[in-house]
Amino acid sequence: MTREMTGAEMVVQALIDQGVEHIFGYPGGAVLPIYDELFQQDKVQHILVRHEQGAGHAAEGYARSTGKVGVALVTSGPGATNMVTPLTDALMDSIPMVCITGQVPTHLIGNDAFQECDTVGITRPCTKHNWLVKRIEDLPRILHEAFRIAETGRPGPVVVDIPKDIQFKSGLYENLKGARQTQYQPRVEGDERAMREAVRLMAGAKKPILYTGGGVINSGPEATRLLRELVELTGFPITSTLMGLGAYPATGKNWLGMLGMHGTYEANLAMHDCDVMVCIGARFDDRITGRTDAFSPNSKKIHIDIDPSSINKNIRVDVPIIGDVARVLAAMVAMWKEAKPVRDAAAHAAWWGEIDRWRAKKCLAYRKNRDVIMPQYAIERLYQLTRKHDTYITTEVGQHQMWAAQYFGFDEPNRWLTSGGLGTMGYGLPAALGVQIAHPDSLVIDIAGDASVQMTIQELSSAVQYEAPIKIFILNNQYMGMVRQWQQLLHGNRLSHSYTEAMPDFVKLAEAYGGVGIRADRPDELDDKIEEMIAVRKPVLFDCRVASLANCFPMIPSGKAHNEMLLGEEVSDDDIGQAIGAEGKMLV
Amino acid sequence: MNAMTTPGQSHSAYFLDDAPKTTERHTLSVLVDNEPGVLARVIGLFSGRGYNIDSLTVSETEHEKHLSRITIVTTGTPMVITQIKNQLDRMVPVHRVIDLTVSGPALERELALIKVRGTGEMRVEALRLAEAFNARVMDATTESFIFEITGKGDKIDQFVTIMVPLGLVEVSRTGVAAIRRGPERT
Ligand SMILES: Cc1cc2nc3c(=O)[nH]c(=O)nc-3n(C[C@H](O)[C@H](O)[C@H](O)COP(=O)(O)OP(=O)(O)OC[C@H]3O[C@@H](n4cnc5c(N)ncnc54)[C@H](O)[C@@H]3O)c2cc1C
Ligand SMILES: Cc1ncc(C[n+]2csc(CCOP(=O)(O)OP(=O)(O)O)c2C)c(N)n1
Ligand SMILES: [Mg+2]
Repeated sequence: MTREMTGAEMVVQALIDQGVEHIFGYPGGAVLPIYDELFQQDKVQHILVRHEQGAGHAAEGYARSTGKVGVALVTSGPGATNMVTPLTDALMDSIPMVCITGQVPTHLIGNDAFQECDTVGITRPCTKHNWLVKRIEDLPRILHEAFRIAETGRPGPVVVDIPKDIQFKSGLYENLKGARQTQYQPRVEGDERAMREAVRLMAGAKKPILYTGGGVINSGPEATRLLRELVELTGFPITSTLMGLGAYPATGKNWLGMLGMHGTYEANLAMHDCDVMVCIGARFDDRITGRTDAFSPNSKKIHIDIDPSSINKNIRVDVPIIGDVARVLAAMVAMWKEAKPVRDAAAHAAWWGEIDRWRAKKCLAYRKNRDVIMPQYAIERLYQLTRKHDTYITTEVGQHQMWAAQYFGFDEPNRWLTSGGLGTMGYGLPAALGVQIAHPDSLVIDIAGDASVQMTIQELSSAVQYEAPIKIFILNNQYMGMVRQWQQLLHGNRLSHSYTEAMPDFVKLAEAYGGVGIRADRPDELDDKIEEMIAVRKPVLFDCRVASLANCFPMIPSGKAHNEMLLGEEVSDDDIGQAIGAEGKMLV
Repeated sequence: MNAMTTPGQSHSAYFLDDAPKTTERHTLSVLVDNEPGVLARVIGLFSGRGYNIDSLTVSETEHEKHLSRITIVTTGTPMVITQIKNQLDRMVPVHRVIDLTVSGPALERELALIKVRGTGEMRVEALRLAEAFNARVMDATTESFIFEITGKGDKIDQFVTIMVPLGLVEVSRTGVAAIRRGPERT
């Protein structure tokens, strides 16, 4: 059924028809007609941020924690350019997001008009797709297609740039939700022959491993369920990337911990020594492979991914399977059950024996301290004290992010939100806001660094406005710890500009914003303070003063192989200074 | 103890890996929606990801369906060529990517306009060679010719090279257009 309405009305109507309940945005001249429409309805709730970057990350947090598309609305020019970071972040991490930007009226485009920028030009490389809407007739089609493209296949961000005159123009609107408007239609079913070959390889494996990633989370709850079933059926050990944590429970018996640069010893050595690797929705990122020429040299590799361009990009695989994780796993689980393969029990026992010896190294052990809060200890306590709660964790970027990944256990998907691909400092706080808006009664914690948190601290004000009781747990080491660590590793411990001389008083800052500030200095007060934080029904800035020079281990130095790992307990400052060779220094 | 089990090789960095890589030249035919920005998207992909463009041509080929064909000649290792095809294929306005270098026999043609300036013997020689290459004279003055030549790229390269000593002034080339041989659609 079609109805006549203005472009601005169409935007709001399309959001309603798409089932959008919350959007994150910031007004300006070029989106005023849309804001006026928002004002006159109550189906879509608009969350006003303090900076457009915050809107983008909040939409990402909303999306990742719900599995739905996140929506942001910003004005032309500076509003749009402020969205570039979250768009790039969402593209790198495969987060579905629709961003609507206002644009100067069509007749002024190209004139260097006030607050004009080439939004589609600027965002072309950081979106899955984008549109400049030049005719009102195209608007309904583009709005609905934007949602379909953001969420189908490999999810990602899209931008719809709408000139102001188009927002005022009248046209016919039709609800086109789900109707395909372009030929874009990614393949979701795996190839039968490839899947059989994969099952055959897995059945014959002596040293198998499952290497899973963000694609399992993207695929949804069914993928998680099937993954767990597959582990149960096969008995294979399983590791995951940073992006896939929670798909298989950290408390599960086959769990090896995260892999990669800061992954566990057992996960990385099992990856290196395995004979069959099953990569499920992960993309062989350089944080995982290290030296590609020394990456898991003796294994047959199976790769399940919905995006053909992820396959054979960095690592050549033997059995590529293009499809959606849930669909492919459903087929493979069925094939496995039907074939009832007899596995080489002796080989499997030997493999687990080897893994247990690696586990016995206790690569995550750290020196305990009675006087100073160790950052690892702070995360362990936070984990233990939040276990009985319905908890979501976001992070900023740095050492605290890696410690969170290592010491906080995730038993469910969509509970762990972090900027992996772009590594955006300032992601966690607004992302937490997005999560809390979607889950008002849950405990939402941003595990933050003292430097990162200052990048988007202003969103604390949004959290106060919407009574979103997010908890910002700052591991305050007074340094850009991750930068300092690399300077120690690579640059003779010359700590060029990685120390923040003038740190704000986070407790007072919290109060200034209308939130609650809590500070913990000593290990023996930590538990009580964390309990206090959890109990408060307001946004909290928690200034957790931790050891300032702790390093994040294990670590595979840049340019090294999986079996050339630095372990925390025994590593001396000298080893650290020498761990990376001349060529490794070129890498990031 | 740091578990260092592989002997320290000096060339240790992942993108400094210097294994021998043979590059190949491929002609890709890309069918796209003829919408604003589609060319910028394709070119941006090549520049953003560091792929080579040896030649690129584009124009609308099916007006009613708003389809354009972009023909790209590129060089890269087999792994990079596969990446290029996959990266193109996942773009929303891209309908199909056909690798004409592997999809069977294909025709490739390019057109060039070539200006040559000279008098006397040189002029006669230029005209004689043009005839041998099936190049047509499109414009002439008492001291210059403009030739039009169509053919495969290397034929044009060859013609341009031999025109250099005969007074080559400038060249304008269209880039490669290509299509599959036989009755089937490309
Ligand atoms: C300081 C820092 C340190 C880091 N250290 C590490 C580290 O030690 N270990 C680590 O793992 N990471 C680390 N990362 C993160 C790293 O940079 C990458 O972001 C991460 O490894 C990529 O995860 P992924 O391979 O699961 O891919 P993602 O980026 O999550 O991509 C998902 C893949 O799945 C595919 N996919 C999506 N949806 C589906 C579907 N429905 N079906 C099938 N396939 C699908 C996509 O096409 C893509 O190939 C670090 C990041 C930072 C900032
Ligand atoms: C926007 C942005 N700028 C710069 C960087 C580079 N960087 C990575 S980690 C880091 C330091 C983070 O410090 P902090 O937030 O205090 O975390 P810590 O490592 O101390 O836990 C920096 C500057 C980045 N990732 N993002
Ligand atoms: Mg810090």
